[in-house]
Amino acid sequence: MIKVSNLTKYYGPFLAVDKVSFEIKRGEIVGLLGPNGAGKTTILKMLTCFLPPSSGEILIDQLNPLEHSLAIRRKLGYLPENNPLYEDMTVWEYLTTSAQMHDLPSHKINSAVKKTLEECGLKNRIHSTIGELSKGLKQRVGLAQALLHDPQILILDEPTSGLDPNQIVEIRTLIKTLGKEKTVILSTHILPEVEISCNRVIILNQGKIVAQGTPAELRKQTTGHSQISLKIAGPVREITEALKKMPHVEKVEKQEAETPGLYTYQIETSANQDLRNQLTHFIVDHGWELYEISQKQASLEDVFSKLTKQ
Amino acid sequence: MHHLKTIIKKELRAYFNSPIAYIFITAYLILTNWLFFRSFFLISQAEMRNYFSLLPFIFLFFLPAITMRLWAEEKKTNTLEILLTWPVREWEVVLGKFCAALLFLIIILACSFTVPISIALLGQPDLGVILGNYVGTLFLGASYLAIGLYLSSLTKNQIVAFIIAVVVSFFFFIISEPFFLQSVPSFLQPLFQFVGLSGHFDSIARGVLDSRDIFYYLSVISFFLFLNIRQVESRKWQ
Repeated sequence: MIKVSNLTKYYGPFLAVDKVSFEIKRGEIVGLLGPNGAGKTTILKMLTCFLPPSSGEILIDQLNPLEHSLAIRRKLGYLPENNPLYEDMTVWEYLTTSAQMHDLPSHKINSAVKKTLEECGLKNRIHSTIGELSKGLKQRVGLAQALLHDPQILILDEPTSGLDPNQIVEIRTLIKTLGKEKTVILSTHILPEVEISCNRVIILNQGKIVAQGTPAELRKQTTGHSQISLKIAGPVREITEALKKMPHVEKVEKQEAETPGLYTYQIETSANQDLRNQLTHFIVDHGWELYEISQKQASLEDVFSKLTKQ
Repeated sequence: MHHLKTIIKKELRAYFNSPIAYIFITAYLILTNWLFFRSFFLISQAEMRNYFSLLPFIFLFFLPAITMRLWAEEKKTNTLEILLTWPVREWEVVLGKFCAALLFLIIILACSFTVPISIALLGQPDLGVILGNYVGTLFLGASYLAIGLYLSSLTKNQIVAFIIAVVVSFFFFIISEPFFLQSVPSFLQPLFQFVGLSGHFDSIARGVLDSRDIFYYLSVISFFLFLNIRQVESRKWQ
């Protein structure tokens, strides 16, 4: 559906996006993740035909934004960064204006606007002036504008920025529902958002793609080793030595005892294998007492900071 | 075509949804009526020549105030990104904004019809001349609007847009004044005389509507609207 190859954008001498390539299939919810200034917004602006790429190619449904800008823009619903709105209009005026600009036939405008307002929970704010709405409601107006003409592709630039936790949950649920029928691209620097809403993540740093895949794939790809923590009662030195000799174990660290004789050991394993079962047998076979065993999974947060720290 | 209508409606709404439009019209009417009627009863002639010779200077400050927000505000609040990612062509947006400003000007001029009506009650003015005057004034005003609209597209700041528009319109107005022409090398004089807005307005204020003057105003308007479209498109140049 969307194919981007070697996309590059310069702002003057500043390189904002550097040879980015990715593909998005119909019905996917893709998150662009990256620290501020990583080039997320610039990529979205190029996808919406607002800015031209310096080089590289974008194809949306086989159409090129430089030649078929209008045809592409008809397919898109766009929520720009910081949710700009015509604040002196009422909600109704704004949405009908948007519907007319999207060439909705005039007999369908009323019902389309009403339906969208209901979906976005704005039914009783129809005649409020946008400038007087709260931030969360404004965000919904922005989303309503993007959804109104039932576009195939939704491009949302930081859809939950500035909202309170309840509103964030609402917006995420809405995005998930929408993702069942539409292709959604959203940008964010909030990690849980990606884990919850997206099928696929593209992590950007300084204009380059540093990783992409499903959240689970990414965790595997970048960590390479996992941590297991054990609580064992038994002779300390013997246990440490024996654990160190086990295959795939890289590092063993003994922590302070909680109660006399009961120590916590942190083990780092090299391979992407689950050693828990092996470890349990190993310990029991030696006649030591195992109180606790747990494997720590690398969070997307670890992945993110590992990839984007420089 | 219906995009044009939608944009015009959107811009007119922005004027009339806020008190700006009403304050603006009231201030305009008070100022022009007072300046005109101050000397009207002294001269006691049933004509509006003095009224129309005032307007180029009144317009100089009032019309840039209409156009200053049209692009600058969209740029400042980033709604430009919404506007230009709607499936609409650049020229439709430029023309729509211009037509909205022009309609606003027509509304203002229509509100000033009280002046010819009062004069018609007091004496027997030549209504044909007055109508011609109105048409000519509309063309002069439209030229100011086209200039102001273009300059608004160059900045994010409305005040800057206003001041530059006043200065540039003033410059275009005075370059054909005799006072200014004296200081210009003689071979440039015909050019300045032709390009200046005021030279073409003098005959209109006298009540003569010449097709050459109308053609001149139309070219000024198209020239600045063209520059404006190029300016909006320029973000897409590589």
